[in-house]
Amino acid sequence: MVTVLTETGEFAVPGAEASRDVLWLAGRDAESATGWQVKPEGLCRGELCVPLPAGREGEFVRGPSVNVAALWRHLGQPAVSSDRGDVWVLARSAGDRARALDSLEAPDFTLPDPSGRQHSLSDYRGKKVFLVTWASW
Amino acid sequence: MWQALYEELADRNFVVIAVAMDSRPADPLPWIEAAKPTYPVLIDRDHRLAELYGVVNVPQAVWIDERGRIVRPTETAGVYEGFRKMNRETREMPEEAARLSEQARTTYIEALRDWVVRGAQSEHAFPAEQARAHLPALTEDMATAQAEFRLGQFLMRHGQADEGARRLAEASRRHPDSWCIWRQQAGVNEQGFAALPDFWERVDALGDRRYYHRVDMKGMP
Repeated sequence: MVTVLTETGEFAVPGAEASRDVLWLAGRDAESATGWQVKPEGLCRGELCVPLPAGREGEFVRGPSVNVAALWRHLGQPAVSSDRGDVWVLARSAGDRARALDSLEAPDFTLPDPSGRQHSLSDYRGKKVFLVTWASW
Repeated sequence: MWQALYEELADRNFVVIAVAMDSRPADPLPWIEAAKPTYPVLIDRDHRLAELYGVVNVPQAVWIDERGRIVRPTETAGVYEGFRKMNRETREMPEEAARLSEQARTTYIEALRDWVVRGAQSEHAFPAEQARAHLPALTEDMATAQAEFRLGQFLMRHGQADEGARRLAEASRRHPDSWCIWRQQAGVNEQGFAALPDFWERVDALGDRRYYHRVDMKGMP
């Protein structure tokens, strides 16, 4: 069992082929967890398609399966795994984060309150928001 | 700290969202119960706000207007590092340090009140170019650090404390400016504060650098 932690959540993927360096997900799993899928143009997420590097297609795609770790590295995005390769975090690059902030649109997020109820920043659109961090430590 | 202001400005289309950068959901509960805030208090176990907004310490805050636009990016929120001058045995605060801490608090609260009441007319609301200039600098090491942090937190939650601890240490190594990362994995004292000798060593190692980053606001120490 491999667990993949992404922008959208935690995905348990049985039958993934994973090690420290590779993370092969079946096409459907890759799409659910990351939004990326194999198309004739290459690897695509929504409107964005990335052609596979010539001669190295096999590193990224095997039939409908995708090595998302290779894709992440190719895109310059952080991909970190546990020692055994059974837990992966696929994150966004600093460049992506910085571009998002540069727009001055406050990035949305969803976090729970102590009772477990989820709140999104966008729930409070229409109000001035003072978003402040604190900690018990 | 924000409850009184929130109540005062309750009818001004204003909300405080207080986010605890705590890993164990139970940790912040006693504090929340004692303070009884009436605004949302959320738990950010995996430090999502650090990923998205470049948060590195607490308290840091972001001002966001009614259209969801950033008016003041991530900055120190109304505190001054007076504690660095504190007598570590007696815990006494020298008068000057206490005065500066109080000055930081009142200056910030007044600025926040001014913005809530006057909106974009407030001198404390940054126009777009100024807001951009005050955005935190984000590096690829920091992005990787936050990914390692999230991995470490997951492993800790799933009974893999040794590897989890290693990942948190790696996260801190990659993002040494983040007190959020460091304090999350540091030991805590009997009051629950990450204020053991290793904390003081790390603070002292800052030298002239600030523990709480300077804020571009008139009257802020």
